[in-house]
This record gives sequence, C-alpha cells and structure tokens, in this order.
Amino acid sequence: MTPFLQISNLNVTLGQTHPILRSVDLTLSEGETRGLVGESGAGKSMIGKAILGTLPSALRVRSGEIVLDGEDLQRLADKDRRRVIGAKAALIPQDPLTALNPSKRIGVQITNRLVDILGWRRKAAEARAIELLDEVHIPNPDRVMRAYPHELSGGMRQRILIAAAFAAEPKLIIADEPTTALDVTAQKQVLKLIHEMQQRHGTSLLFVTHDLGVVSKICQSLTVLYSGLVLESTGVDEFFATPRHAYSRALLQATPKYTDPDASLTPVPDPVIEATQREVQMFDRKQAHV
Amino acid sequence: MTLLKRALAQLCTTAITLFGVAIVVFFVVRVVPGNPIAMMLPPGASAEDISRLEALYGLDKSILHQFVIWLGGAVQGDLGTSITTRQPVLELVLSRLPATLELSMMALVIAVAIGGVLALTGTRMRGTRVEGAIDVGNGMALSVPDFLWGLVLILAFGVLWPIFHISGRASPTLDFEFATKFYLFESVLRLRFDVWLDLVSHMFMPALALAIPLAAIIAQLLKQSLKETMHLDYVTLARTKGYGENSVILREALPNAILPTLTLVGVQFTFLIGGTVIIERLFSYEGLGNMAIDAVINRDLPLIQGIVILFALIFTAVNLVVDLSYAALNPRLRHG
Ligand SMILES: Nc1ncnc2c1ncn2[C@@H]1O[C@H](COP(=O)(O)OP(=O)(O)OP(=O)(O)O)[C@@H](O)[C@H]1O
Ligand SMILES: [Mg+2]
Repeated sequence: MTPFLQISNLNVTLGQTHPILRSVDLTLSEGETRGLVGESGAGKSMIGKAILGTLPSALRVRSGEIVLDGEDLQRLADKDRRRVIGAKAALIPQDPLTALNPSKRIGVQITNRLVDILGWRRKAAEARAIELLDEVHIPNPDRVMRAYPHELSGGMRQRILIAAAFAAEPKLIIADEPTTALDVTAQKQVLKLIHEMQQRHGTSLLFVTHDLGVVSKICQSLTVLYSGLVLESTGVDEFFATPRHAYSRALLQATPKYTDPDASLTPVPDPVIEATQREVQMFDRKQAHV
Repeated sequence: MTLLKRALAQLCTTAITLFGVAIVVFFVVRVVPGNPIAMMLPPGASAEDISRLEALYGLDKSILHQFVIWLGGAVQGDLGTSITTRQPVLELVLSRLPATLELSMMALVIAVAIGGVLALTGTRMRGTRVEGAIDVGNGMALSVPDFLWGLVLILAFGVLWPIFHISGRASPTLDFEFATKFYLFESVLRLRFDVWLDLVSHMFMPALALAIPLAAIIAQLLKQSLKETMHLDYVTLARTKGYGENSVILREALPNAILPTLTLVGVQFTFLIGGTVIIERLFSYEGLGNMAIDAVINRDLPLIQGIVILFALIFTAVNLVVDLSYAALNPRLRHG
C-alpha cells in the first residue's frame, strides 16, 4: 500500500544555514498512528508545521518532499497547497485555551472550513457540526454551537477542537501534544477520545508526544527525533522489545512504566547525549561535503 | 453587567462630571482678568452706566450667588443670555453644534479609513519596505499638530493646486435652502449631491487636518495589535484550515485586534473634537469652536460657559459610546 503521507529528505533551516530538521524521512499509511517523540526542541512541532504549511517565517524548507495523498506539496502553488491541506489534513492543537478564536461562536469555528474552503451549504455544515459534537460526547450540542469559547471548560474546548479537526473527514490528523495543557483526568479522556475517533474514521494520525506510555497504548509505529535528526523509525512492538538506538534505549529507561506511577524518572545519561550529539555533528559534516 | 446597567452607571458619572466642569469653568472665567462690561462700553463711560449694565447681567452679585442663579437656569435648560449678541446661549450653541459635529464625524471617518487601511496593509506586508514606509509616515504625521497640517493643506490644495475651498462651510452662491443645520446629512437625505459635493469640498481640508494625527495613531496601534494577534494559536489553526493571508487577517485577527484600539480611539477622538476650535478658526468654518474663540475675545461669560458645558457633554457622550461598543464587540463582557 502506498503511504498516505510521505516525507523524504526534508531539510528545514533557520535563516540561511542553521539546521532545524535534518533530512527527515517519515511515512504514514492510511489508518496508521505514528508517535513522534523526542526531547523539547527536537523539532517535533516543526515537522507538523512543515506539513501544514505553518512554519514560522524565520524557518524555510530548503529541500525535500512532502507528498500528501499523491500531491507533492512543495510543488503546488500557495493557493492550491492551502486547499489540499485544508481538505485532507487537520491539526489538533496543544492548548485548547488559545486555539479557539475568543470572538467567534463555537459553531462557526467548526463549520468555517466546510463552508468557506470546501464550499458546503451552511445548513449541511451545521448539521455535520452538531453530529460531530455529539460524537465527542458534548452535551447539548445545539447550545454549545451558539456559545463562545470563554463559556466552556478546557476539556470541553479540546473536545470541540477534536470535533473541528474531523469535520472534513481528513485522511491525516496531526495532534501536537494534545493533552499536555489539561489536567490528569481530562488527559485520559481526551486521549481515549482521539483514539476512538481515529479508529472510527480510519484516519492516519501523527501523534507528537513526550510520553512513551501513550505511544505504547495508541500507536502502531514511532519515530524518535533528536535535534532535527531521525534516530529511529520503527514499529511500536519492535521498539519496546528491542530499541536499536542507544538514545532510544535510554529514553525507554527514562520513562516510568505507566503501571507504576511512582517509578522515578531517570534522565538520559550524559554519555548517551554526547554520543548522539556527535552523530548529529557527523551528519552535518557529511551534508557539507555533498 | 448588562449593557443597560453599564449605560445607567455611565449616566450618573456624566452628571457628576458635568457638575464639576460647570463649577470650574464658572469660577475660572470670572477670576481671569478682563471685564465683559468694559469691553461693551466706550472708554470713559460713567460709573453709573457700568453698574447699570452689571446689574442687568447679574454681575453685581457675589460669584457664588451668580453660580446658584446660573445653575438653577441650567438644569432647566436655560444657559443664560449672550452678552455680545443678547440671544439665548442655548439657542446660539445649538445652532453651531451641527456644523462641529459634522466636521468631527467626517474627520473620524477619514481617520478610521486611512488608519485602518494603513494598519491592514502594514500587517499584510509586515517585514517589508512597505511596512517601514508606513511606520515613517506615521511618525511624521504624529510629530506635526493638526493646525499645522491645516496650514500645509491650505498651502497645497488651496493655493498651489486649488482644488478645495479654504474657507466657510458652503459656497455663498449655493442655491439651496437648508431646513436644518445638519447641512451634510440633509443634502444626502434630499439627494442633492451637487450640494453635498460643495459641502464636502469645504469640509474636506479641515477634516483631513484633524484626521491625520488620529489616522496615524490608529494605524500604529491597530497594526501592532494585529501583528501580535497573528502569532496566536487560533490564527495558526485557521491557516491549517486553508485560509489565505487576507482572510486570516480580516476574519480571525481583526475582530480581536480591534478591541484595544477602540478604547484609545475614543480618547483620541475627544482630543480631535478639542482640535476643532483652532481648525475651525483657521478655515473660517462656522462651528462651535470658532464661536468659542469669539466668545473668549469678547469675554462673553455666559456663552463661554455654555460652549464649555456642551463640549464636556460631547466628550462624555463619546466615552459612553466607546464603552458600550467595546462591550458589544467583546463577547466576554456581553455575557459576563
Ligand atoms: N519561531 C521560531 N523561530 C526560530 N526558531 C524556532 C522557532 N520556533 C522554534 N524554533 C526552533 O526550532 C527547533 C524545534 O522546535 P520545535 O518547536 O519543533 O520543538 P519540539 O520538539 O516541538 O519541542 P517541544 O516538545 O518543546 O514542543 C527548536 O530548536 C527551536 O529553537
Ligand atoms: Mg512542540
């Protein structure tokens, strides 16, 4: 089966030369959930932003391909690219408190993609939105449609953002640490909800997280990123049985088993970090010679 | 708080403010040197004549007594009689009010239009030379006060390239009987666009002079606020939905970015109205401000008081409107 999302050799730099993503390869088949893990600043969010075309203005895609459902995004004109992304992909953002527009009603924020970008009738889009709110277990969907974000709790808002992400039946959803801004109980519920929705709709999911415990629960595959370099890309079962990279092994040891919440978090030991940094430097030197 | 409650609270504040203004003005104009009676009589008038006139205008009583009399009239809508024209002050100021209101509104519309377009353009072209040019233009506009802009405009469009009228409110040759003092509104309502054009070509330069500094403030503030909003998560989310730069600015960022600007525009608009005093003089525009200068020159105490009270009333009304529209535009306040 051809992958639905295929990123190959993606290089993103800050300014002219400073590498942020280093020749990243990443694939996602239809219906697959891939975890994207790595320490803070590794570039996980930038992969998502590169796919969705929302990289910060200081960052540039230098080379590489992002093929989404057969379309090479880098080759499309801006307008076409936006349309393809809007129709086929969606983002579940990290912070539900800042991801909804405070001056717009919830209903509009779910239906606007359908109406403005995909040309649906307003009535049909509203019916679809109510259906989706129902699906993410929001009580009184009709009332919530007319509410403003500040009237709703953080957990509610994250459900709404999930509903909005699924509105156009996208084939790819990128979830960038969708639970870190929530309290522990809401975290579990939202995670379950995303998993449920993804299964029901058969969507591919790129799940950005720090939490290997979560990866073991909902992902089939995962990619480990360090300083913009992919260290390991493998199936979840293989990874947890026999992690290949030393950094992965250290990461796995650093993660407390979710069955044992009291287990202490051991940081990745310095020698492993240093070895990994050398690997990154070697990669850069090799690149410079090409 | 509901809108109604806010409005009522504002009304109380307004009453107190006006009372305070009345006290201050009343005493200040009587303390500053210059006697209205002396200005009315030829030099060498007899003491008898002077005291007769003083008694006529109530100026022989103590200041406090005068104030009580004036206040008693004012609450019933009687602001006294003008010393120079012998007409009721209320009638005089009301006959000039429409001209000043039309001028101020025109200036506000121009300022919002220019400032808004510049802010949106600057946001759209952020980081480019266009934005730099807008910033430089704003700086220039702000470093020159409105009456100097008035002189510059007179020189440019009245003298060197005379396309606008430089004095008055309408051409004396205008063949039109106005039923109200709101000339501009009336010309539109009666569909006399030839008259409207004549009025606008008189009003345009003074309005533009008043508008330039405010336009610069709006451009600067709204652009800043828009640029900050453009980095927020909900704007990024809208981009992933497929919206282009223009829609993102207009639909997602603008409705939120406009709120902080609105409050400041309210304050600045009151300054603009204050600016009409000099600008109306400069362009011989028959409004309240022009009348105020005459009143001061003639020491026409009742008229000065009436004009100041009216200005204070306008200022508080502007603040009220700003406050209410802020609440109406901000969903957090509408329901809270
Ligand atoms: N606006 C920006 N301008 C310049 N550099 C940036 C910008 N945003 C991020 N970066 C850089 O890009 C790199 C990758 O950041 P990214 O946000 O993708 O990390 P992350 O893996 O998502 O981390 P976290 O787990 O903290 O979210 C970081 O080194 C960061 O300094
Ligand atoms: Mg991130």
